Amino acid sequence: MIKIENISKSFDQVKVVDNISTVFDKGKTNLIIGQSGSGKTVLMKCLVGLLNIDNGKIFFEDKSFNSLSFSNLSTLRKEIGMVFQGSALFDSMSVLENIIFPLRMFSDKSEDEMIYRGNEVIKRVDLKDANNKLPSEISGGMKKRVAIARAIVLNPKYLFCDEPNSGLDPKTAIIIDNLIKEITEEYNITTVINTHDMNSVMEIGQKIIFLVNGRKIWEGTKEEIFDTGNESVDNFVYSSELFKKVKDIQKKRKY
Amino acid sequence: MIGNTFRKFTKWPVLKILIFKEIDDLIIRSFGIVAFISFFVGGVVAIQTALNIENPLLPGNLVGFATRQSVILEFAPTFISIIMAGKVGSFITSSIGTMRVTEQIDALEVMGINAHNYLIFPKIVALLLYPFLITIAMFLGIIGGYIVSIYGGFSTSYDFIQGIQLDFRVYHLFYAYSKTILFAFILATIPSYHGYYMKGGALEVGKASTISFVWTSVVIIIVNYIITQLLLA
Repeated sequence: MIKIENISKSFDQVKVVDNISTVFDKGKTNLIIGQSGSGKTVLMKCLVGLLNIDNGKIFFEDKSFNSLSFSNLSTLRKEIGMVFQGSALFDSMSVLENIIFPLRMFSDKSEDEMIYRGNEVIKRVDLKDANNKLPSEISGGMKKRVAIARAIVLNPKYLFCDEPNSGLDPKTAIIIDNLIKEITEEYNITTVINTHDMNSVMEIGQKIIFLVNGRKIWEGTKEEIFDTGNESVDNFVYSSELFKKVKDIQKKRKY
Repeated sequence: MIGNTFRKFTKWPVLKILIFKEIDDLIIRSFGIVAFISFFVGGVVAIQTALNIENPLLPGNLVGFATRQSVILEFAPTFISIIMAGKVGSFITSSIGTMRVTEQIDALEVMGINAHNYLIFPKIVALLLYPFLITIAMFLGIIGGYIVSIYGGFSTSYDFIQGIQLDFRVYHLFYAYSKTILFAFILATIPSYHGYYMKGGALEVGKASTISFVWTSVVIIIVNYIITQLLLA
């Protein structure tokens, strides 16, 4: 579980994250949604410590992220896995080397043990015949799988995914979304996902918070998002023709 | 940045691999260009010296003497360092800058890895071998001067070798290597800084490389002046 209390972040006196409080539940896929520029990525960077917050508190279980000692912070970081928007794979390393990199840095496993564990997660993310390829030699979908495998190789308690299906075709995007959901439930981890894709919301959104201009406007489940009564949420949800038609069908059924 | 580079060290087995990779990228892969430039610039120094001392009253060994002094005191440590600011400096800035824009540095930080130490420390250690590169530049510069002088008819082998040995001061080597070590540190840190703290996308990586080259060159020239004033004046 991750709990945030009144966190804010400004750049050049412009509030990008404005007084947000919420709880990200354990064993669930928690989605942060909103339009581009709504502050999703900044919020996530604050959560993982890439950016320092101006105000507020972040708790990982009962541990306050802001007041952890250097060694405790290092321990906590090993419990965090992150999938970046562009995958952020190390160009000079092969797929397998990328995946076992966290093990190489933080575990005392032998080379054989690391490769064994690497192959375990490779199998889990259904990545075939790519072990010795470089990131530049694999597709966008495969890169996401490698990034997910690298994020879970240390058995993290917390998984952060920034736009995990951006740049992917709809089918691959759904596969990646479902992979993240399955891993979340299987490992019972707290997963936080940034997205602006309503398909992702429908596929894997177990808990959703909606941001507008850095502020949390709404919070709920994917079932509730179609009937929030909030104009900003409705504008976002029904921005695509598909969801407009879903809304029309629902209306017709009501009457 | 420098402070962070020397704390929270990466595990030795990983660091060892990184250091050897940097030695390969920064030192060994620079041998070719350094050897090529040193040989020919040494030759040019010898020709220009010979053409400017046509007075028969001047001793014949002056060509060898002037070539040695120019190459050891200035050409090898400073001129090669400016070349390296372009070659190695741009490489460092663009490789770290690319890691920045593709979020690879963020990935390291999220994992709890000290990215400064992981990325910059191996480069500093690798460039401790920079004096070896400069030694080769000194050697090939003088050899270039010798070959050009002999085959161009500007000096005799006996005169040139006598010139090389004339009034040799070990202190001059101390001066040359002192500034070489400082330049090595500058070559590792300034380009790393410009890569690490760059913002933007691919276009900015190119701009950062250019700015890094300019600043590295400027700092090398200024440090060269200061250390020359301190050690030789």
